[in-house]
Amino acid sequence: MLEIRNLHASVGEVEILKGIDLQVKPGEVHAIMGPNGSGKSTLAYVLAGKPGYVVTAGEVTFLGKDLLPMKPEDRARAGLFLSFQHPLEIPGVRLDQFLRAGINGIRKSRGLEELDVLKFDRHLVKKVQLLEMDQGLVRRSVNEGFSGGERKRNEVLQMAVLEPTLAILDEPDSGLDIDAVQEAAKGINQQRGPENATILITHYQRILNYVVPDVVHVLINGRIVRSGGKELALEVEAQGYEELQEAEATLRSSG
Amino acid sequence: MTLSTLVAEEQEVLEHYLRAFGALERNGAARDGSWVAALRRSAMARFSRLGFPTARRGNEEWKYTDIRPIARRPFQLPLPPGSPAVGAAELAAFALGPTGGSRLVFVDGRYQEQLSSRPSLPGVSVLSLAEALTSGADTVQEHLGRYADCDTHAFTALNTAFLHDGAFVHIPQGTTLDKPVHLLFLSTAHAQDTATHPRVLIVAGEGARATVVETYGGPSGADYFTNAVAEVVVGPGADLTYYKEQRQGERAFHVTTTQVVVGREATFSSFNLDLGGALARNNLNVAMDDERGACALRGLYLMGGAQHVDNQVIIEHARPYTTSRELYKGVLNGRSRAVFHGSIIVHKGARKVDAEQVDKNLLLSDEAEADTKPAFWIYCDDVKCRHGAACGQMDENALFYLRSRGLTEPAARRLLTRAFVSELVEGIASETLRDRVDGLVEARLSSWLGDDEAVG
Ligand SMILES: Nc1ncnc2c1ncn2[C@@H]1O[C@H](COP(=O)(O)OP(=O)(O)OP(=O)(O)O)[C@@H](O)[C@H]1O
Ligand SMILES: [Mg+2]
Repeated sequence: MLEIRNLHASVGEVEILKGIDLQVKPGEVHAIMGPNGSGKSTLAYVLAGKPGYVVTAGEVTFLGKDLLPMKPEDRARAGLFLSFQHPLEIPGVRLDQFLRAGINGIRKSRGLEELDVLKFDRHLVKKVQLLEMDQGLVRRSVNEGFSGGERKRNEVLQMAVLEPTLAILDEPDSGLDIDAVQEAAKGINQQRGPENATILITHYQRILNYVVPDVVHVLINGRIVRSGGKELALEVEAQGYEELQEAEATLRSSG
Repeated sequence: MTLSTLVAEEQEVLEHYLRAFGALERNGAARDGSWVAALRRSAMARFSRLGFPTARRGNEEWKYTDIRPIARRPFQLPLPPGSPAVGAAELAAFALGPTGGSRLVFVDGRYQEQLSSRPSLPGVSVLSLAEALTSGADTVQEHLGRYADCDTHAFTALNTAFLHDGAFVHIPQGTTLDKPVHLLFLSTAHAQDTATHPRVLIVAGEGARATVVETYGGPSGADYFTNAVAEVVVGPGADLTYYKEQRQGERAFHVTTTQVVVGREATFSSFNLDLGGALARNNLNVAMDDERGACALRGLYLMGGAQHVDNQVIIEHARPYTTSRELYKGVLNGRSRAVFHGSIIVHKGARKVDAEQVDKNLLLSDEAEADTKPAFWIYCDDVKCRHGAACGQMDENALFYLRSRGLTEPAARRLLTRAFVSELVEGIASETLRDRVDGLVEARLSSWLGDDEAVG
């Protein structure tokens, strides 16, 4: 479903992604781990089409289409979703308000009937209940005054509402308490299916106990230096990135 | 053109107004009480000495707004309109809908009885100023021209010199009007550039409560000038909401001066909406003249193209325990320009004054420009005064966030712009007016930011 080949990307003058290769097939969960500043969020932004992130080399296909020339909204309409590491506050914009516009944009692009306020509300309420969240949250301005944890759960809710084919989740577990991690994992698993895939960026092995990955990648300095099964996450958590970082440095110096 | 020919042009326009004034006096168009005639005459004398405030150097009040386009054009007083003065469609575009309240319609500055509706309200006066002057209402003589200052304000002097019609609204002591009074001033296209000088007097007696809506509109193709003055007296314990919408044609010049006196424990709430005009200037002067009076002044301006809007708000806290809240917001597109000039004056001895002033601008284009000039003159220690200002482009991160959820870029921009103004729209207490403003804002934003998909 997603094929990334030799992806290089820069922000401003600085090259941050230095040749990423990654293949995600339907039904798979890929975990990406890596030290701070290694480029995980940059990869997520590049895939979602954030302006200012310039691809300097490589290609990405999503569901057989060339992803890179697409606008962010067209990527969303094609079935891609990004859960932000740092979801922002948007004063004056209510979640239910913009999500209805979002979902209808997505539905329209697929030739589906748009949801009126009533139908959308029913859909939204169902998802809120599924995630055992507070109903009041969706009538408030997006993330305004939300706690860090509430913001993250709100991202998972948006994913549940939009039902994407590929969910890229940038640290959906950071800042969540132990119970909330399980709740978030439940939401993520609920979205999984034979046709859908997940890229889960995380620093902690814990969430991977609930959302079991098919592949774990370690991203260091803009490159994937190692990929493996779920046990790689345990290894990383036990040993840190030092050895892997050294391996990456050797790789780099040897060309 | 050289400086001297330009000044000569302004001189010529001054003489034009003097001649027009003389002609009016001679043909006896205004036959009301001698006190009105005297008021006009002294205003004309004052205006001819003051001239238009075109000098920009050392002229703080007019520094950011060039009114030479007004000062150099001999606008004519329009001839009385034909019948019907405006079509039903035009009227409907500006009417308030079936509120059941009073409506006075003015076309080219003159009251139109057949377009107006005046349900009888015991004790309450809602009538044309021309009628009030001929019938010699004492309240009119007591208040008219008493607050709006001709001595230093040329536009007020000019308005007063040509004062002949407008609206008089009197809500006597202890009376509550539960339906809004709508004053609708429409201009029509003429072969010549025309000027009107509408005058409004609103007097809310002790404990009275009312909402007055003033609407200004006109054709988009015509060059016309509206120079309105309103005097508003809010009696002790009264609660007056004053809502003014400026929806003039895109080539119109619009200058208004609103002079408000807020009495003891009285509340004055205003909302100033600017959508139209090539050049609009609103002077809002509020005198907090007695203890525990409160005012809440709000404004919203949406400007595009080469439009220019200038809001000058002066609040004078003369007495202790008076409060003021100002919140103005602007959305600027194209090459438009907005000025917000907010002065707060706290007199000596006016203890426990609590004043807050906020002006925020959202720039939708690189060429739009906003200037916020707060000025505080505080002659008392024991006060609380705050001000905030912000001016910037749309938050790119928020834009991306919404687009990543499937909203098109225009839809996301529209939603964020609406969010920016939502606190003002949502803050309008009357549902009728809130829906009206919401509709006007939405229409303007759709015309700027596309209408490809509905939002919200
Ligand atoms: N807008 C930007 N301008 C300049 N540098 C940037 C910008 N965005 C990211 N970077 C840099 O790119 C590098 C990668 O950042 P990125 O956010 O992708 O890291 P990350 O792997 O997600 O880290 P973390 O685990 O802390 O979230 C960092 O060195 C960061 O400073
Ligand atoms: Mg990150």
